Amino acid sequence: MTAAAGTGVAPVIAQRVEQGSGALVGYLPLGFPDLQTSIDAAVALVENGVDALELGVPYSDPVMDGTVIQQATQAALARGFRLRQSFDAVAAIRERVDAPVLLMTYWNPVVQYGVDRFADDLLAAGGAGLITPDLIPDEGADWLAASDRTGLDRVFLAAPSSSDARIAQAVELSRGFVYAVSTMGITGARTDVDSAARALVARLRSAGSTSACVGVGISTAQQVAEVLEYADGAIVGSALVRALADGGVAQAARTAAELAAGKA
Amino acid sequence: MTSLREELGPYFGEYGGRFVPESLIAALDELDAAYREARADPLFAAELAELHRSYTGRPSILTEAPRFAEHAGGARILLKREDLNHTGSHKINNVLGQALVARRLGKKRLIAETGAGQHGVATATAAALFGMDCVVYMGEVDTERQALNVARMRLLGAEVVPVKTGSRTLKDAINDALRDWVANVDTTHYLLGTVAGPHPFPVMVRDFHAVIGEEARQQVLDLTGALPDAVTACVGGGSNAMGIFHAFLDDAEVKLYGYEAAGEGHLTERHAATITRGRPGVLHGARSYMLQDDDGQTIESHSISAGLDYPGVGPEHAWLNDIGRASYLPITDAEAMDALRLLSRTEGIIPAIESAHALAGTLALGRELGPDSTILVSLSGRGDKDMETAARYFELVSREELARSAAADAPEGSRGDDA
Repeated sequence: MTAAAGTGVAPVIAQRVEQGSGALVGYLPLGFPDLQTSIDAAVALVENGVDALELGVPYSDPVMDGTVIQQATQAALARGFRLRQSFDAVAAIRERVDAPVLLMTYWNPVVQYGVDRFADDLLAAGGAGLITPDLIPDEGADWLAASDRTGLDRVFLAAPSSSDARIAQAVELSRGFVYAVSTMGITGARTDVDSAARALVARLRSAGSTSACVGVGISTAQQVAEVLEYADGAIVGSALVRALADGGVAQAARTAAELAAGKA
Repeated sequence: MTSLREELGPYFGEYGGRFVPESLIAALDELDAAYREARADPLFAAELAELHRSYTGRPSILTEAPRFAEHAGGARILLKREDLNHTGSHKINNVLGQALVARRLGKKRLIAETGAGQHGVATATAAALFGMDCVVYMGEVDTERQALNVARMRLLGAEVVPVKTGSRTLKDAINDALRDWVANVDTTHYLLGTVAGPHPFPVMVRDFHAVIGEEARQQVLDLTGALPDAVTACVGGGSNAMGIFHAFLDDAEVKLYGYEAAGEGHLTERHAATITRGRPGVLHGARSYMLQDDDGQTIESHSISAGLDYPGVGPEHAWLNDIGRASYLPITDAEAMDALRLLSRTEGIIPAIESAHALAGTLALGRELGPDSTILVSLSGRGDKDMETAARYFELVSREELARSAAADAPEGSRGDDA
C-alpha cells in the first residue's frame, strides 16, 4: 500500500509545512493552449515555486468549474485532446521536474478508460494520484480498490456544508491531502476567500487530518499567505490559467513566482 | 416476483447514485429527507392533490383516437391527455410537487434547466404561484428555436439565462444549473425537470409523475374492462414515460415502449437515441446510458424536438431496459413529424413534437399487435410551442410570411435582453 518512492504528494506537503511555509499547489488544464505548451507551463510553475501540480483532464461537462477553466478545457477538447495524452504529459513533466503530479479528472473518462487501467497507466507515467471533483467516496469502491492496489494518492473533497461524518470519511479515505473547498461555489477568482475555509480546515484537523489544502477562489499571494496560516497547502487554478491564456508560459511563470511569494 | 414499483433508489440495478461535487451532498441529503417526510405526510398529499384538482386540471382525460387508429393496424388507441394540463404538458406535475417540497425546506429561489421550454415555463409558473424567485437556464440554441417559451417565462417573472457553453442545449443548461446550485444551495432549490440527475431526483420526479399512470390505468380499466396490451411514451430524460409506466411495472402482461429521438436516423451521427446507441457512463450526477465517445466525452445529441435533444436518460429507464421490462426504440424526425400531422388531421389534436415520437412508435406497434389490441399513449404535451418548427418543416406558410411574423413579434430591444 505504500506509494512508489517520491511520487506521493503528502511527503512534499509535510516537508513544506516543516519548513514553516506550507505548500503551493498549482492547477493547469492539459492540452491548453496545446499539449506541449501545457507541459512547458506546468514545468515552469514548478521552476517558479509551485510545490505540487494538479493537471486538469479536459471534460465535456465540467460542473465544478467556472468560466476561465471551462473555456480552457473546451478549447483543449476542440483542438483534439485525447485522454491517453494525459499519461504522456505526466511522464514528460516528471522527466523534467521533481514535483508530484496529480490529475484532476471528472469521473466518466476514468470509468470509460477502465479504473484499473487508468490507475496502472498513471502509475507507470510517474503520476501521484487523482483529484476527483464529482466522485464522492461513497460511489468510489472501484477507485478505492485500485488506489490501494497501486498506492496512488486519492484526493477527495470536503465542503463547508459537509456533515461531521462526511468530514471524517474524507479524512479517513483521502491520501495525499484532503481538498478543502474554500467556499460554496465553483472554481474562479474571488476577492475574499471565505472565512468558511478556516472553519472547514479546523474541522478537518479535529477529524485527524494532517494534510489539508484549500482551493477554489485563491488568486493572489496575499490569499495564499492567509490560507497557509492555517492550512497545509493552498491551491491556485484560474489565476494561473488566465495568466497562461493572456501571456503564455512566461506570464504563467511570473504569476507562479508572485503566488509563491505568499509562502514566505 | 418482487415488485418493480417498490424501487426507491438511490440505485436501480447498477444505475443511479450520486456523482456530484461534495458541496451538493448536504443539499441532496436535506432534499431526500424532506421528500421522504413529505411522501409520508397525508397533508402534503392532500395539498398536492388539491392543487392538481383546482390548478393543474387533473385528472387529465383519456381520449380515444379511432381515426388515427385506422393508420395503426386498427388497434384501439387511447391518448392520456397530459397536453391539457395547465402550462400544456406533463411537466407541471413534478414542478408543483417539488415547489411544495422547496417551500417545506424554506427555499425562496427556484432554479431550473429547460430544453423545449416546457419545464422552464412550468417552473416559472410555480414560482409565480408560490411567490418565489426563479432563474431558468436554457441553451442558447433552444432559446432561439423556442422563443415563444422564453417570452412566456419572462412574462411569468422568471429570469431566463441563455447558456452559451458546450453544445448550448439542454445538457449545458443542466451544467449551469448545477453550478448555480453549488454556489447558492442555502437559499435555492434546483427544480430538476426529469427523472435523471443525482438521487433523490430520479425517484422523486418519477413519484410526482406517477399520477399519470395511476389515473390512466383506472381510466383504461373503466373504459375497456381490461388493462391495455401496451403503454407507449416518448423518452428524452424520460419523465413522462416513467410517470405513465410506473403504475404498470408490475402488470407483466402490459408491454412498455419508450420511443427515443433518432433525429436524422439512429445510424447517422445526428440523433438522441441514448439507450439504442449509447452505453453506460456517468453524466449529470448519475450512472446511466449516455451518448459518449471512446474517451467518455459526452457527444452532442440532435433532434428536431428540443425536449428530447439530450444525450442522457434517467437511470430507471436504463435498468428497465437491461432487465427487459421496457423496450426502447428509435423514431426519426421525419417519422415524428408525419405522426404529428396525422394526429392533427385525424383527431383535431396538435401534439408536441416530443409526444409525436410516441405516436409514431404507436403507429408501427399497432400494426404489429393488430386490431384486437389496446394501446395507451402518453400524449405528454401540446404542439402550440412547435408551430414555428412545424410551419417551416411542412412549409405551411412562405418564408417571407414567417420572417414578417417574426419581425412583428419582436419589437425593438426585446431580443437578447436578459435583465
